[in-house]
Amino acid sequence: MTAIPLEHVLIFASILFVIGFVGVIVRKNTLFMLMSLEVMLNAVGVAFIGAGSAWQQADGQVMFILILTLAAAEVAVGLALLIQMHRRFGSLNIDKLNKMRG
Amino acid sequence: MNVELFFYLAAAMAIIASIKVISTHNTVHALLYLVVSLLAVAVCFYLMGAPFAAGLEVTVYAGAIVVLFVFAVMMFGLGSDETLNAPQVRGLGIWAGPVVIATGLLIELIYIINHSGLQKQLSIDVVDAKQVGILLYGPYLLAVEIASFLLLAGLLAGYHYAKPEGQGGQI
Repeated sequence: MTAIPLEHVLIFASILFVIGFVGVIVRKNTLFMLMSLEVMLNAVGVAFIGAGSAWQQADGQVMFILILTLAAAEVAVGLALLIQMHRRFGSLNIDKLNKMRG
Repeated sequence: MNVELFFYLAAAMAIIASIKVISTHNTVHALLYLVVSLLAVAVCFYLMGAPFAAGLEVTVYAGAIVVLFVFAVMMFGLGSDETLNAPQVRGLGIWAGPVVIATGLLIELIYIINHSGLQKQLSIDVVDAKQVGILLYGPYLLAVEIASFLLLAGLLAGYHYAKPEGQGGQI
């Protein structure tokens, strides 16, 4: 059992997750939304590592590595879409995407 | 001095940096704070007995993913003159925040590595890279294969979507 209580790790992860969620909801700039998504994924990683270290199992770190690959792929696709969006609409404002013409 | 105190310090730094990530207006400043936030979370991982995950956090998150963000920010500015959009603020104000938090993290890490009592306390319950590797290529082998498919799909999608119009970069 580690010195750090699991409850405190989970509280820390929840605070980070809520910060990222607020960022996704509040910001209009798509790049900031992607960054907030990174913060959220990171918070999930904190929760997994904390649980893994509380029970002294390596499964938590395995899940963290999978989240890492997910975050890398998500950022690659998201940024490519952002480049395409900047080319078409001339801005990164998410509200410009509210009219989709099939 | 115990491990918990340092964990709370690093956690507070991570929370402050994350709040700054979502509240600043300049993209590059937000990226600086994002790097600091990821480094603070890496210190938390180290203190939780996962040094391998801490290294991965620094190399993959703070290294690769943030560099990808910086490249994208550079591509957004290619069409226009970036100096027109740059803020006119001069002085220490811009980089003082990230530098202070990052220096605090560095001092904390050096203190922990030097302190033999803390090291003894930390080394009791480390889940090291060997256990992770055995698990990753044993029961979780299918998940690793699926993750490699995901990375390949991300590579292809990124390549296709970021191409210019004339070269077939249609969505």
